[in-house]
Amino acid sequence: MGKFTPRQIALYVVVLVALIAFPLVVKGTFPTHVMIMFFMFAMMGVAWNLLGGYAAMFSFGQAAFFGIGAYTSTILLMNYHVNPWIGLVVGGILAALTGAAIGIPCSNLRGHYFAIASIAFAEIVRICFNNWKFVGAAEGLSLPLLPESLGNFMFHSTKVPYYYIMLAFLVLSIFICWYITVNRGGFYLRAIKESHELAKGMGISFVRYRLYAIMVSAFLTAMAGTFYAQYILYLDPESVLILPISVQVVLVAMLGGAGTIMGPVIGAVILIPLSEYTRVWLGTKGTGVDMMLYGVLIMLISAYQPKGVWGLLTAIGKRAK
Amino acid sequence: MSDAACLEVQGITKRFGGLIANEDVSFTVNQGEILSIIGPNGAGKSTLFNCITGFYRPNAGRIFFRGKDITQYSAHKICKLGVARTFQVVQVISDMTVLENVMTGTYLRTYNRRDVREKAEEILRFTGLYEKRDTLGPDLTIADKKRLEVSMALGTQPTLLMLDEAMAGLTPVELREMMALIRKIRENGVTLIIVEHVMEAVMELSDRVVVINSGRKIVEGVPAEIVRNPEVIQAYLGDRYHA
Repeated sequence: MGKFTPRQIALYVVVLVALIAFPLVVKGTFPTHVMIMFFMFAMMGVAWNLLGGYAAMFSFGQAAFFGIGAYTSTILLMNYHVNPWIGLVVGGILAALTGAAIGIPCSNLRGHYFAIASIAFAEIVRICFNNWKFVGAAEGLSLPLLPESLGNFMFHSTKVPYYYIMLAFLVLSIFICWYITVNRGGFYLRAIKESHELAKGMGISFVRYRLYAIMVSAFLTAMAGTFYAQYILYLDPESVLILPISVQVVLVAMLGGAGTIMGPVIGAVILIPLSEYTRVWLGTKGTGVDMMLYGVLIMLISAYQPKGVWGLLTAIGKRAK
Repeated sequence: MSDAACLEVQGITKRFGGLIANEDVSFTVNQGEILSIIGPNGAGKSTLFNCITGFYRPNAGRIFFRGKDITQYSAHKICKLGVARTFQVVQVISDMTVLENVMTGTYLRTYNRRDVREKAEEILRFTGLYEKRDTLGPDLTIADKKRLEVSMALGTQPTLLMLDEAMAGLTPVELREMMALIRKIRENGVTLIIVEHVMEAVMELSDRVVVINSGRKIVEGVPAEIVRNPEVIQAYLGDRYHA
């Protein structure tokens, strides 16, 4: 890990160039939307991976951070006319602080217990927002329309700028997580994942490193939240704070390969188009069909390829050599 | 306290509910020596070990490391001060190679990735695991795993290294190798505390031996004295053999 072969670098460059060229070639609104959703969930999967994949903190509460990001920038914009880009940073910081606040009491929880605590936390956040008048409660908020520009983080005539912004966010997230995992932080998180005892014995403050992981993961997830608010221009608890979002993030990472940098991206490229297209093909009659397909995929993966699709690909890659 | 004291344990008592695991245990470890802690199963050796390394908090007593009171310190801080340990049940990071495992230890005092790697490689050459640096932790033999655990501990650059049964379950050849390694570590100026059942190793390696029975220290001395001590014989063999 950490070093790339020329072939790998070439592959990443080709993929990145192809993604940059995509909107120039494919003109439809819907394919662009699907790609944006793919990037967004890939980004959240990468952020989740820092917790679940590297440190065995199986968070099922990422929707809370997503929602905090979305609501913070929106409230700041609506009530105080704060530029969404600043809102993005403030939302990220708020989410990171919330993550720290929830992370400290949970610092000794492992495995299932951490998962349960994270669900409880996210549900509390959702219920609060559902009843909190200041943030629009259950009716939600409609973002004020600003003139179309990158500075305003808002575009009306085309989705393409959103596409590039989200792609940039995804690349940034991958870089941040890659940098963390090939340095001390990654080594320490993997030690903590193995055993708290072992980590302590090696001088690692597992409370501190777990907090770092939660805060980085929360910040990145909140960035995706702000993006989503600016993209959809409407916000209510049902669209950003619900459990299925958290579950989707976990599935993306697990399917692709938890504990690998590119795993969640692979997971997202399989799951998100699947979910978006089944939704369109089957309409309202098909609600839930994507979830059924997920279920089957997840069962197959966990039974036959616990390391996810990425694990499968690297295994094939090794055999080919 | 003398200048030579590396570790000073004063009147440590540790209770688990009604069970007294350690009672008023005191001893001193001098700089550069190898001190063994022995005693029958359940005597409280591991509890004592865990109290010193900050994994348990003693109910009474104080522990000084190089003159500093570390009784209330958490485990990771004690390690940062220079006390490293291994575990009775071998613990290595299973999704890491041998080299990465040692790097995890080395990161404690080094940040730059290249330096960390170089130091870890140096340690692996020292402990004789260099050839196996790319093997995954769980794929090693038990003897190599123990060696790896020692390497990981050395990665944190300790002044005091505490080994919890590092020689249990080894073949005679492996035992010799481990003993040679322990001597080499001491020659590098590291003080060692060894909790051990393998008497052959204890008698040959130790400068001094502390014997624990039923949570109390019953005797302390050089190996030759210990083997002749009637209380030790009684503790190990029972009353019937007591002269």
